[in-house]
Amino acid sequence: MQVPTTKSEALAYAKSEVLTSIGADPTVFEGRRKKAKVFRLGGEISPILYWTIAAFMFGLVLELWCFLSYTGRVSPLILPTPTGVLSSAIRLWQAGELWPDIKISVFRIVAGFLASAVLAIPLGILIGAYKGVEAAQEPLNGFIRYIPVPALIPLVMVAAGIGEGAKVLLIFLGTYFQMVLIVADVTRLVPRDLLNASRTLGAKPHQVLFNVLLPATLPGLMETCRTMIGWAWTYLVIAEVVATDSGLGYRIMKAQRFLRTDEIFVGIVILGLLGLLTDLAFKFLQPRLLPWAEEGRNG
Amino acid sequence: MNAVEASSTPILRVENVSKTYKGRKGDTLALEPTTFSIAQGEFVAIVGPSGCGKSTLLHIIGGLIEPSSGQMFLDGQEFFEAGAERGMVFQGYTLFPWLSVRENVKFGPRMQGLPLEEQESRASHFLNEVNLHGFHNHCPKQLSGGMRQRVAIARALANKPRILLMDEPFGALDAQTRAVMQDLVLGIRKREKTTALLITHDIDEAVYLADRIFVMTARPGRFKAEIVVPFGQDRTEAVRDTSEFFELRKQVSHLLHDEGRKVVEAELATARIREG
Repeated sequence: MQVPTTKSEALAYAKSEVLTSIGADPTVFEGRRKKAKVFRLGGEISPILYWTIAAFMFGLVLELWCFLSYTGRVSPLILPTPTGVLSSAIRLWQAGELWPDIKISVFRIVAGFLASAVLAIPLGILIGAYKGVEAAQEPLNGFIRYIPVPALIPLVMVAAGIGEGAKVLLIFLGTYFQMVLIVADVTRLVPRDLLNASRTLGAKPHQVLFNVLLPATLPGLMETCRTMIGWAWTYLVIAEVVATDSGLGYRIMKAQRFLRTDEIFVGIVILGLLGLLTDLAFKFLQPRLLPWAEEGRNG
Repeated sequence: MNAVEASSTPILRVENVSKTYKGRKGDTLALEPTTFSIAQGEFVAIVGPSGCGKSTLLHIIGGLIEPSSGQMFLDGQEFFEAGAERGMVFQGYTLFPWLSVRENVKFGPRMQGLPLEEQESRASHFLNEVNLHGFHNHCPKQLSGGMRQRVAIARALANKPRILLMDEPFGALDAQTRAVMQDLVLGIRKREKTTALLITHDIDEAVYLADRIFVMTARPGRFKAEIVVPFGQDRTEAVRDTSEFFELRKQVSHLLHDEGRKVVEAELATARIREG
């Protein structure tokens, strides 16, 4: 851009300078055509704009929370103030109560999720690959997965007691049957032509399975794991709320007994943050572990 | 029978191969019993209206679809399954996205357990054949449609197949890229002495590349006519401007035109029946 001479030119110059200095692409904000992209169906936006919008939404929720709590529009018994929650969190942390709860909850998630992944992924792939296995497993799984997991809690407690095993088993039951079916779908979505191509290249049936079908399912499997970990958190809290004396779910239950809404919020926010962290970890790992995968597509 | 076929033993022989699809409303005949053969070094094209079963026929020969009747022989040996000696190039993109360009081309030789040096030398040789010297370590998703099909051709050739089967390989490409790819195939055919069977709906492509063209009827598919293209394997782009080329093109075009009309009429009739 030339040296600005008129007032409007100077303004435009200053605007683009500012945008460039904060690392934003000035063209994103310039011009009607570019501006409309944010609301264009399937349109792409720059990562900076994406994260700006995301941060703005977090800020909006926080602001709404501040407004409702500090002004006393909602009783502190239902909605504590953000500073109140923060100070409770610090207090609980310093008392050494928070960390053991987080640790045991994360352990249960990891154990339950791993157990179900280790069993569900191979079985799901076999269902997707072979009609015979599908007939043997899929209808049965479809039936079991509609049984609400909380309905199984009494049975689980009779069978596995109220120890660690029971929690892990509950997370397993909540995720395994769903996962089998999703993995089967992921496998079936592998383009048939990819398998056909390998056969015309002389691959034997076991080579097609291990050298083509398996790698082709990887992006879909990773996406499935990301979704299923989210489910695992839900079942963890169900398990911990019902019968246990540790974990984040237990902390929330205990806080409720003493009407400590601020401590309930500490538990809820930590659960939310851990969930967000897992999600971000997957988003970070996906393009690094599977750089070849086409975005938004399976195989 | 033409001179080429009579003078040498056929590489591929297809005898009375047909395909019937079983459905709830009864059986649909997709391909009438079809018989033909392809001689060593011959380039044969099959053209036909959409849905005539030409692609089905190629998939049957590739061993990917089971025929309802008939027999197929490669070098006199009957075959049933897919195999490396019948390399295939598909219409869609079928490169393995997790493998580099070079690894894709090595796939066939690797599956057959050939020695590593042999795998490497074949990959280098056939990637050169398709003019992709600088792209060995690229990922398929970094390549354009035309480049992906080049790799697919190199990958099929790396097995040194007896015959190369191509199912509308350039159907998804734009006209300019398609013309470049056709010249590429012409060059490969001459240097590698490739025997090939090409499915296409592009009349120009068939006349430009093939020694013989089979024209198929609308569904159920049947070979309606056989046209011999006398240009030989040393033809160049100049052949496109000859009157013979125009004449052959017109001939195929007329044969196809009737079939195209039949397809549209049949579709309209079915739609009317559905509406009651």
